[in-house]
Amino acid sequence: MSGSRHAELGRFIDRSQPRSFTFDGQRIAGFAGDTLASALLANGVHILGRSFKYHRPRGLWGMGADEPNAIFDVRLGQEHRPNQRATTTLLEDAMVVTSVNANPNAAKDRFRLMDRLHRFLPAGFYYKTFMALDWIRYEPMIRRMAGLGRVDPGYAPPADVPHLVAVCDLLIVGAGPSGLAAAHAAAQSGRAVWLVDDAAQLGGSLHRRGGQIDGADWTAFADATRYAVLNAGGRILCNTTVWGAFDHNVFSAWVRRLDGPDQHMRIRAAEVVVATGAIERPLWFANNDLPGVMSCEAALEFLQCYGALPGQRILIATANDASYTVASALAKAGAEVTLVDQRHDAPDADDITQIKSGILTAAKGKTHVQSAVVNGQDIPCDAIFCSGGYTPTVHLWCQSGGKLDWDADQDALVPRPGTSSLKPIGAAAGQFGLKAALATGHALFGNGNGPETDAVTPRAQAPVRPDPNLPGRQWIDMQNDVTLKDVGLAAREGFTSVEHLKRYTTLGMATDQGRTSNFAGLAAMAAVTGRTIPETGTTTYRPPFEPVPLSVIAGRRRGDLFNPLKRLSLEAAHCDMGARFREYGGWLRPAVYGVGAEADLAQKEAKIARDIAGIFDASPLGKLEVIGTGAGKLLDFTGYMRMSTLKPGRARYGFMLAESGIVYDDGVVLRLDENRFIVSASSSHVDGVRARLEDARQDRIGHRHVYIHDVTQGLVTLTVTGPKTLDVIAGAGIDLPDLPHMGVVETPLDGHFLRVARISFTGDRSYELTVPGRNAEGLRARLDASLKNAGGKWIGLEAVMILRAEKGFILIGKDTDGNTMPHDLGWVGPMNKRDDEYLGKRALFTPEGQSETRRQWVGLRVTGDAVPETGSHLIPTDGPRRSLGFITSSYFSPNLGRPIALALLENGRALVGTTVGCFNDGSVRNVEVVDACAFDPDWSRLNG
Amino acid sequence: MQQFPCPFCGLRNETEFHFAFEAGHPRPEPAKDVSDAEWAKYLYLHKAPKGKSSEIWLHLTCHEYFILHRDTVTREVLSCDVLPGAEA
Ligand SMILES: [Zn+2]
Repeated sequence: MSGSRHAELGRFIDRSQPRSFTFDGQRIAGFAGDTLASALLANGVHILGRSFKYHRPRGLWGMGADEPNAIFDVRLGQEHRPNQRATTTLLEDAMVVTSVNANPNAAKDRFRLMDRLHRFLPAGFYYKTFMALDWIRYEPMIRRMAGLGRVDPGYAPPADVPHLVAVCDLLIVGAGPSGLAAAHAAAQSGRAVWLVDDAAQLGGSLHRRGGQIDGADWTAFADATRYAVLNAGGRILCNTTVWGAFDHNVFSAWVRRLDGPDQHMRIRAAEVVVATGAIERPLWFANNDLPGVMSCEAALEFLQCYGALPGQRILIATANDASYTVASALAKAGAEVTLVDQRHDAPDADDITQIKSGILTAAKGKTHVQSAVVNGQDIPCDAIFCSGGYTPTVHLWCQSGGKLDWDADQDALVPRPGTSSLKPIGAAAGQFGLKAALATGHALFGNGNGPETDAVTPRAQAPVRPDPNLPGRQWIDMQNDVTLKDVGLAAREGFTSVEHLKRYTTLGMATDQGRTSNFAGLAAMAAVTGRTIPETGTTTYRPPFEPVPLSVIAGRRRGDLFNPLKRLSLEAAHCDMGARFREYGGWLRPAVYGVGAEADLAQKEAKIARDIAGIFDASPLGKLEVIGTGAGKLLDFTGYMRMSTLKPGRARYGFMLAESGIVYDDGVVLRLDENRFIVSASSSHVDGVRARLEDARQDRIGHRHVYIHDVTQGLVTLTVTGPKTLDVIAGAGIDLPDLPHMGVVETPLDGHFLRVARISFTGDRSYELTVPGRNAEGLRARLDASLKNAGGKWIGLEAVMILRAEKGFILIGKDTDGNTMPHDLGWVGPMNKRDDEYLGKRALFTPEGQSETRRQWVGLRVTGDAVPETGSHLIPTDGPRRSLGFITSSYFSPNLGRPIALALLENGRALVGTTVGCFNDGSVRNVEVVDACAFDPDWSRLNG
Repeated sequence: MQQFPCPFCGLRNETEFHFAFEAGHPRPEPAKDVSDAEWAKYLYLHKAPKGKSSEIWLHLTCHEYFILHRDTVTREVLSCDVLPGAEA
């Protein structure tokens, strides 16, 4: 236990507000402003997790989204958040935190012996293992032992994250020194700036590194920038991660809030500045994953921002000037520091033990650093802070399509100018040091000299590379447990492209997105194959920049709001009448009415509708008004059946085909007068039918001659069906005009219009009564009273489905599929007779359309009471077994007292009267092929 | 999130649009004079060019079909045209 809390340092924590939480059952004290990482560090807890594959003990490496090891399962009250990074999770009182991939806990993990087996778990282990035939036997075991956190299936986070769509003139991502300088200059020149940073306060690296700007402490410049930005009409967004760059300058941002639900923002920005800084690279030596080995920058951050001192006897290993600030800060805070610099020309460090030309080759210790091996000598220490240089954070740049160049002077991949419209500045552009950050930021929007600083520009970082000849295991990717040897093995097995290396070894594919490992992998592959880094290439950057909770991305679009259903005008009245609702084609409609088993109720309703009368709400049926002198011409083209020959006051059944000849929709077209038609598209196809009508209108008929108006949702249709239909309507006080079958008329009722269409979807005498939505309740009440007197019943969609199936009426999309053409359904007239053009015509005459083995629409008759399953395949009764088709609908018919089934069957019409096999779940029963219409085959009831 | 220009409504988010057809494929007619190969070419054998392309898109909220010229690689929107229609 060597971590401690410094008496004064810690600019982010509020010592007057103590907080506490438990980690793997142990109580840990901290303060408001602490992250879980800083609190654990200050309390000397070093083993924070077990590695993904080998179950090695792991401690803290980084300070933000780069953290590969410290990933926790966090519970707070009812809330459960899996896979939280210790470095980015703010401590809240009473959090219950547990390590992941460890059993029972990180310190005592029973799979720790996995590490001894590392020889048997090489790169590509899973690929190699799961090639074997019996992989299915050990896959569950491997799954249990590998991986990170577990999702609690019993917990659903609230769907309360708002999605905000925003537009801004200038978006600056990152509020470190370069972002501040850019924002300051832009705001001064009157630009409305959105300044976004993922930390709680503006400043970025200045919080840990400090510095003088314009002769005062940097905080004065940060305050001035905040004032200037707000004053110019801009916004400051802290605790906000811009995690993705998308087409046409749209950026996704995740706003974390402690006092309310998080927010998801979609920001469309006219101009974007990338001031995202850089990420420190690790060093590569044996056991470089031992708890106690940490990034230099992170050590400085924990000390200055949280007062957490991660060790007492500290060894710093580096090859750049930036680490010297870290060494002196730690020494000043009371630690004993040894500075090991690889460079022979390293600058002198005052008052600090320094080893120049020092090469760190190994860390020693069992579960924590006990000593470091430098130039062959053991140096006792309890922490090793290392720096292998800096990698510019170019994720957004690359996501937006920007390319990278190798900058040998900076030893880094930097944005190639002109390859993206984004503007990288400061360390993100490979311009290191405070002076360069301020200068590049100011230069974008300011005139003259920018903010002054006396900071010394660091010398270019010396190149540091993994050494394949070094003994011991050097970790390249700590989160996915990839070592330098794995890279060598991948190269020997031929995976020398970085994209292959990444997939084969999983290097850089963990949730840290390879922040600390990608460069190392690249450098290692270059070293192993004797190529340069630019020759080796880079992998692709994709959103998100850091893991974003799915609840944030989903927002409120979950549950009922995921895909909101259309609702009936009369929903409340149906509820009062005992309706039980279900979704049908995007509409919430009554399935059945009453209490009891749904199937039984549907049977009863279907029976009463045939014996007496039934009423159902048919409002979702499409009502597309097609108006104008070109209306007939339009409908002739879009329909399979001609409609221009329809007489006013009459209706005709028809299909709409796709150009591929497939039946897209069916429905009745009503002609109210010479230039006014109504297309009753299926309730779930209204939008699609309308789009096809518009297509023909705008591209073919001419948009001035015909207009299309969708009035579906403004009207209510109640359909009365059954032998007592006329009594029910008369009893409701409605004066029914004399109408033939397929006749339609509009008459006044109670001061509004009533459209009566004598159309039957049940085979019984039926009338569709349509009124404006606001007048629907009056019509419903009249009909309801009369229906009760007659002994009829409201019927739900389940009963309607039975009634239409008894008659062999099809439901497009259920009884047809993506191969069904009109002649498969028995409608051959138009294709044989029509000379004019219509949608899909030519496709009907292709070899496929004329094939003699097409599946045709038939009915099936079975013996016994068992309803054959919908979806069952039909097979020959002898010879080799193959599918001849399948059952599309099947029900028990209460009116026939036996099961009925409809099917698509190869060459089915010729097979009427014969027997085929019906295959379901391994068993076969014989069924007779019959006509699709099972009930009232001579249609006597239509006029009854 | 791309933005497309509807000639009727102006610039709108891509989620409001549906791709309809590749532009420049007149419907071969009358059916009796069209070979199977011509019909298949009309329906399925499109160019789907990498780079500059002309496509017919539908703006779902106003139902305007229009021609969109864009670059499928850079995602740059070049221009849009109204459909010539029957009146043209
Ligand atoms: Zn529009």
